[in-house]
Amino acid sequence: MSVDYSKDMVLFDRNPELVELEELISKPIDTRPSKKYFIALAITSTMLLIGVIAAGITFYYGIGTWGNNQTIAWGFGITNFVFWVGIAHAGTLISAILFLLRQRWRNAIARFAEAMTIFAVMCAGIFPIIHLGRPWLAGYLFPYPNSMNIWPNFFSPLDWDVFAVSTYMTVSILFWYLGLIPDFATLRDKTTSKIKKIVYSFFSLGWRHSNRHWRDYEKAYMIFAGLATPLVLSVHTVVSFDFAAAIVPGWHSTIFPPYFVAGAIFSGFAMVVTVLIVVRKIFDMENIITVNHLDKMNKIILLTGSMVGYAYLMEVFISWYSGVPTEQYVAINRAFGDYAWAYWIMVSCNTLFPQFFWSRKIRRSIPAMFVIVILVNVGMWFERYVIIVSSLQRDFLPSSWTYFTPSIIDLGILLGSFGLFFTMILMFTRTLPVVSMSEIKAVVEGAQPSHHGGAN
Amino acid sequence: MARSDKLYSVAAIFDKPDGIIHAAEKVKDAGYKQFDVNTSYPIHGMDNAMGLSSSKVGYVTLAAGLFGGTFILLFMWWTLAESYPLFIGGKPFFSLPAFFPITFETSILFGAVATFIALITVFFKLPYNNHPLHDTNYMKRVSVDKYGIYILAEDEKFDKDEIIELFKSLGASSIELIYLPKEEKYGMLQPKFMLFLLVVIVGISGATYFTLNKLMYMTPFNWMEYQDKSNPQESSLFFADKRSMRTPVEGTVARGFIPYPYKGIAYPKEVLSNPTLPSKEILKLGKEKYLTFCSPCHGDYGEGTSRLNGQFPTGPTQHSDKVRNYKDGMLYHIITNGQNSMPAYDKQISRKERWAIVDYIRVLQRAKNAKKSDLVEIKKESSTNGQ
Repeated sequence: MSVDYSKDMVLFDRNPELVELEELISKPIDTRPSKKYFIALAITSTMLLIGVIAAGITFYYGIGTWGNNQTIAWGFGITNFVFWVGIAHAGTLISAILFLLRQRWRNAIARFAEAMTIFAVMCAGIFPIIHLGRPWLAGYLFPYPNSMNIWPNFFSPLDWDVFAVSTYMTVSILFWYLGLIPDFATLRDKTTSKIKKIVYSFFSLGWRHSNRHWRDYEKAYMIFAGLATPLVLSVHTVVSFDFAAAIVPGWHSTIFPPYFVAGAIFSGFAMVVTVLIVVRKIFDMENIITVNHLDKMNKIILLTGSMVGYAYLMEVFISWYSGVPTEQYVAINRAFGDYAWAYWIMVSCNTLFPQFFWSRKIRRSIPAMFVIVILVNVGMWFERYVIIVSSLQRDFLPSSWTYFTPSIIDLGILLGSFGLFFTMILMFTRTLPVVSMSEIKAVVEGAQPSHHGGAN
Repeated sequence: MARSDKLYSVAAIFDKPDGIIHAAEKVKDAGYKQFDVNTSYPIHGMDNAMGLSSSKVGYVTLAAGLFGGTFILLFMWWTLAESYPLFIGGKPFFSLPAFFPITFETSILFGAVATFIALITVFFKLPYNNHPLHDTNYMKRVSVDKYGIYILAEDEKFDKDEIIELFKSLGASSIELIYLPKEEKYGMLQPKFMLFLLVVIVGISGATYFTLNKLMYMTPFNWMEYQDKSNPQESSLFFADKRSMRTPVEGTVARGFIPYPYKGIAYPKEVLSNPTLPSKEILKLGKEKYLTFCSPCHGDYGEGTSRLNGQFPTGPTQHSDKVRNYKDGMLYHIITNGQNSMPAYDKQISRKERWAIVDYIRVLQRAKNAKKSDLVEIKKESSTNGQ
């Protein structure tokens, strides 16, 4: 392999010693965090607590506490589900697809992005389950021999969802853990605390950095990346089938799978950038997670944002071109009906503001990109809201046309999902190395033999 | 870990990746087989330098993925087309396009999980936390930024001094002798372990008891057992009579039923006419109902021979001239309305059954007062039946 690993990499003044890198990466784990960390944790866990209370009220009194009604049965629950699954996709894209494309700059952010994937899928998984009303019956979704001798409906996109999301969750966790094993071993050999030693030994499984293991490890890592790549594309495709396989005007459209996948990567990268900006600042990792990384991610945001914008135009065009009056009506109703406000928030946040990233200066300016990625996050949430609510509110039966107003419980659960996500991120940064030590060491200048493939 | 004096391996540390690659090559060329290189990240070219073949882990993924996909496809076919066929949206029972997404996802799931498990347990032979290399200086250094190589004492060519010389000549920065750890034995009956088992047992059984006997009866886990509605026969605080079941308003008529017009009149001037024909089924029904409701007082053959030994008023015979001259409607009226000490049976015997009883009483009366011509009729009938 003749890849130039040193290009566009870690921006130290000089070549960093491997020990220095390791110290830097494991610093948040080994030192007591600052006051800022605890303030942040207090805020996020309060948000989480609000969400837990709101979910508890939902379980006790039922789904009637939500804003859902007869016509708009999906409301916030499914909006949030699709939003969080979308966020998850960026992590897999960074860790798997960029790995296969030999984009070695990904090494600095892959671990973090994978962790975000897992947390986001957890947030996403909560919503369909609490939407059941009696979430402890979620097991019925899986095929198991039950007392009624009946099986799940494998024709239903909702059941495909169960398989897709649970597979995605499992594979993401395995992929993540596989990458963590060598780092656990390094931490195990470094720590002086007895308890930490036991914990790290447990999770490192006794990894010895043996080259006979690295050989299979690297192969398996590549296989995992190869499996995760089609998987990540399939997951949001299946999520889009929830809509595309229905006959509701505004949903029944073949553009949905690519449109959803592009949107997922778009929103996911925006979330990765949002979180990375904060984390690299708090933990002094500007030298590992550099402006170059953010710049590259902003380029992907620009690309996928434009793809999403194309999809918006195409939806309107196809509804006109199809000649189907209901489709045409839905397109007009989206842009100028009851939910025009949400539609134009979506269009402006997702297609207009990311266009600023054409400028290299804005792409590399931390405050500017922070504002834009936050707007993208907002815009992508509204995209799902618009797709779900504005299509359902005008279905085929005019007598059931209505308007959706979220209840305070809806908002509480949404807030709680953000609380869960950020609380997990904060705890992750304190307990595990946020940058893969073994991967970053491998790409530092001088870390590889001067004549690649020395034996030849 | 306490060490024994048995040598496990000789290990050397190198400072640069070039050095370790060179060392690995030389060790291989010197004919050693049982050696390994430890680096905190994979070094490119090391597999060649050590003379390792390429990894076989991909075959596991392929086999498991193919198995997973085939399995779930057959499973979906079996569940939806064989075990419990269901019509779903007019589609065929086995619809391949609809089964693609799940087949695909399950292939990946099986492939990934099998790869992971095989990798850890078969290829790495982990977990292995008491490996002799752990807790050595050597391990602590290669884990961070040094590059280590070691040759096992098991190797055929193993010679301690020769290997140390070899490592020195290759430019190792330090050389370490690694001894096997002392064997440690743990008995099963250690108090700590027993205590741990006890805690696990009490914990699991307690949690199970709580879940099955308490939690399942708490809101909201009680399967909607308690709802804001009244169940039959329940008392109610809402109504003055404290009954949750309400009696219908006076004069309520059930759908499809015209009320009996002569209710409460002892001797109506006119009566209904019999809507039934004395067919076999009707007579069979009438006999059954007669024997159930009428025979205790009137006797099995309507002769007024009560089975109740005088504890209850004996019903009159059905064979008196008075009764024989009653119209069918009058008999029906008596059953419906009651007469003298006989209560009304309209709540217990349906209309059709009451008419059937009337028909059966006619049969009894006819049998008791048969004429000669009846015998002729019966004989005619039995001869045509071949009896």
